[in-house]
Amino acid sequence: MAKNIKLRIWRGDANTGKLEDVSVEANEGEVVLDVIHRVQATQMGDLAVRWNCKAGKCGSCSMEINGKPRLACMTQVANYADDETITITPLRAFPVIKDLVTDVSFNYKKAMEVESFTPPADLKPGAARMQQIDVERSQEFRKCIECFLCQDTCHVIRDHEENKKSFAGPRFFIRIAELDMHPLDMLKNRKQKAQEEHGLGMCNITKCCTEVCPEHIRITDNAIIPMKERVVDIKYDPVRWLGSKIRKREGIV
Amino acid sequence: MSEKIQMERHNYDVVVIGAGGAGLRAAVEARTAGLRVAIICKSLFGKAHTVMAEGGVAASMGNVNENDGWKVHFRDTMRGGKFLNHYRMAELHAKEAPDRVWELELWGALFDRTAEGKISQRNFGGHEYPRLAHVGDRTGLELIRTMQQKIVAMQQQDKKDHGDAESFIKVFAEVTVTEVLKENGKVSGVYGYKRENGVEVLFEAQAVILATGGVGKTFKITSNSWEGTGDGHALALKAGGNLVDMEFLQFHPTGMVWPPSVRGILVTESVRGEGGVLTNNKGERFMFKYIPDVFKDKYADNEAEADRWYVDQDNNRRPPELLPRDEVARAINTEVKAGRGSEHGGVFLDVSKRLTEEVIKKRLPSMWHQFYELAGVDITKEAMEVGPTCHYVMGGVEVDPDTAAAVGVPGLFAAGEVAGGMHGSNRLGGNSLSDLLVFGRRAGAGAADYVKQSQPTKVSESAIKNAQEKIAAPFKRTGGENPYSLHQELQEITHNLVGIIRTKTELADAINKIANIRKRIENVSVAGNRLFNPGFHLSFDLDNMLLVAESTAKSAIVREESRGGHTRDDFPTMDAKWRTLNNITSFNGKEVVVKQQGLPSMPSELFDLFDIHELEKYMSKEETAKGGR
Ligand SMILES: Cc1cc2nc3c(=O)[nH]c(=O)nc-3n(C[C@H](O)[C@H](O)[C@H](O)COP(=O)(O)OP(=O)(O)OC[C@H]3O[C@@H](n4cnc5c(N)ncnc54)[C@H](O)[C@@H]3O)c2cc1C
Ligand code: SF4
Ligand code: SF4
Ligand code: FES
Repeated sequence: MAKNIKLRIWRGDANTGKLEDVSVEANEGEVVLDVIHRVQATQMGDLAVRWNCKAGKCGSCSMEINGKPRLACMTQVANYADDETITITPLRAFPVIKDLVTDVSFNYKKAMEVESFTPPADLKPGAARMQQIDVERSQEFRKCIECFLCQDTCHVIRDHEENKKSFAGPRFFIRIAELDMHPLDMLKNRKQKAQEEHGLGMCNITKCCTEVCPEHIRITDNAIIPMKERVVDIKYDPVRWLGSKIRKREGIV
Repeated sequence: MSEKIQMERHNYDVVVIGAGGAGLRAAVEARTAGLRVAIICKSLFGKAHTVMAEGGVAASMGNVNENDGWKVHFRDTMRGGKFLNHYRMAELHAKEAPDRVWELELWGALFDRTAEGKISQRNFGGHEYPRLAHVGDRTGLELIRTMQQKIVAMQQQDKKDHGDAESFIKVFAEVTVTEVLKENGKVSGVYGYKRENGVEVLFEAQAVILATGGVGKTFKITSNSWEGTGDGHALALKAGGNLVDMEFLQFHPTGMVWPPSVRGILVTESVRGEGGVLTNNKGERFMFKYIPDVFKDKYADNEAEADRWYVDQDNNRRPPELLPRDEVARAINTEVKAGRGSEHGGVFLDVSKRLTEEVIKKRLPSMWHQFYELAGVDITKEAMEVGPTCHYVMGGVEVDPDTAAAVGVPGLFAAGEVAGGMHGSNRLGGNSLSDLLVFGRRAGAGAADYVKQSQPTKVSESAIKNAQEKIAAPFKRTGGENPYSLHQELQEITHNLVGIIRTKTELADAINKIANIRKRIENVSVAGNRLFNPGFHLSFDLDNMLLVAESTAKSAIVREESRGGHTRDDFPTMDAKWRTLNNITSFNGKEVVVKQQGLPSMPSELFDLFDIHELEKYMSKEETAKGGR
């Protein structure tokens, strides 16, 4: 039933800011985003927070709750003890715009650097034939809702602004892996480029990214490690695998 | 705000407002035609509401049942809309949807597969054959991401060819458009502000495409995200365009009902498509009681046949759980009102008895996750509690079907949920994602043709000044109304008085109350400054939602019949006279005005696709006797 809870919310902008304490009502079943909205509607009309779907599907409401990168719409207030103060801060790896809203443009820049999907030039609409088992590996990575929690948590950039230039981050490692495992993608050397151009080598497999991923994508086990293991790309004749519909996996010729 | 207003100026051939499925598809098309395109959206790139779509995209590819084809899809769409659809839109949609889906595959989309390796298709309410291409229950995400990545691919190509990735397409994320500008009766651009810092932006452009999505946030219980505030509907009205049939709102039968904080969040129709069954608190599978006469020959009237359909679709009728959404939503509403509902005012939806845990987690992963995380319910073991939620607006901007040009406003185009006509009085599940692709593409092409044939017009200083004053207004007032409370009041009114079941008295009451809020909104004041200020943002959304609510209430009060997403307690049946009429809404600067206009009738090649006995259920004797045009 309704009770009062204590929040400590970071408020400020690019230049300055501080944690502010508020007390707010919370009802049964509510998530942290609900109580933030209540604070907004009743006490801080200009409290900035991003959100869209409130169902864990859009990846907009990323923030740090008691220091952990999380989706506020998927974090139950009931996870915390009644007398505990819940501390809510913006993502640490990205510059603050205002309050809980950060500038995530870094990620869109990195997306632009990954070479796009490259299908066979003569592939006709409706002609592709792929087995479910072959699309599933890339589908796992395509579940990504671009919440950027993995980017936020990765120690390579979390407190190392200087690494951002040469490190694409886990979100884009799975994007590269996705394309690399995509049965219709023809571009060669994706793994090698991940290593040489996108900073895969800087990752030391701490698995923190996998732990925070709200989509439970096995970022390290299924994308990073397989790519690291096989930086030497052995591509085979595309006509041959298309014709015989065998899996696009190095080694199966 | 006393400081000088900062304003950025941009110039493009086409401005697309909206980065959902419709907007992105339009942008791809306009760029392909060689034009310079700006995409503007209120959220970050890739977060538009389309991302939430779950079940799938409807296209008669015939991969699972080869009897499917555009004619069958066309018939299902017209039936679902109770023959109030614009026939030409339904025709184009049914014919072009397969190409639009296959094209996504060439851009990198990975749909689930059939055993033969084709795109898999699933059953959905109102579709005669398995027709929805899907990716688990996250099809919308796949659509958005595919087109987002297609745009990135085009930008990379532009970088190679022209040295600048953003030379032809640029995304302006977190910008709200507050006005479509016109000079001498033609579109000249749009005006808006950056949400991040309140800096104002002027886009000069010959053509503007509205792809702003729906209106769900006008209602208290909705499956829509905060973006669904009817901005495009309002922008079109204010620019001199019309809306058609705003009384038709789709209440999706299955939204979550418990706990309160998740009330309204969608439970995808795929749960029923995959075999989920609806029961009341007596354990009765109640949908058998609610099969309307027009559908009696297509839906099973007993459990044994309904269950057999899941394995043999050729020799059995469909289970009534898969009736069109309006029928199921009304049935649930009736069961709950009669005291046969669940503890929290819904009914039960159970898929755990038909499918194994493994299959449920594979086919409905985000549903499993959503119920487990947010409601503490394990849907592989127990039933879900569900009830109706405001989901989709069939009404929208009146457009020319072939070019998506908005009627009455040269240079303005509309596609996707913001456009009207395609779905008639009720949309079938899966027909929205396909609509976005088909008409998004057509809007992009329509705008490109228009730009090539017309001359650019300059935006006048007075138009700019006017737009600036409107943005500054809420900051100039102090101690006025709180936008959050006004929004809540509006939602109470629409929920209670313009909801699933309507009456004349309640609608009249709603119209008065909405007019009253309209007066009070002029006093809205906001706290803080222009830096990412949600209260300030809401004050604009609120104005749009009010126009939408007014249009809906005023259209609903004149339509004296019940059809699809419009149910009148005082006129409970369909009326053949009203089938031939659209309600057309316009705005005179002070209030919304509704008038009737004849619905174009089908040409004979489409008319003849139907069994005449079926048409007799909807049309008057004179109409059926006359046949097609
Ligand atoms: C939970 C859920 C599940 C669904 N599942 C399905 C399904 O399985 N199949 C199906 O066919 N349909 C489904 N639908 C319906 C379908 O998703 C929507 O109708 C469709 O996505 C709308 O797309 P759109 O491109 O028209 O607009 P949206 O995706 O809503 O995008 C609107 C865009 O316009 C922008 N915008 C709006 N106003 C402004 C403004 N003033 N200034 C600047 N930008 C603005 C927004 O920021 C956004 O980018 C579902 C809907 C919901 C809510
Ligand atoms: S596993 Fe690699 S990418 Fe993931 S958080 Fe650790 S260092 Fe970063
Ligand atoms: S991989 Fe997971 S954590 Fe990273 S952006 Fe995608 S959904 Fe978020
Ligand atoms: S609001 Fe969409 S993920 Fe939280």
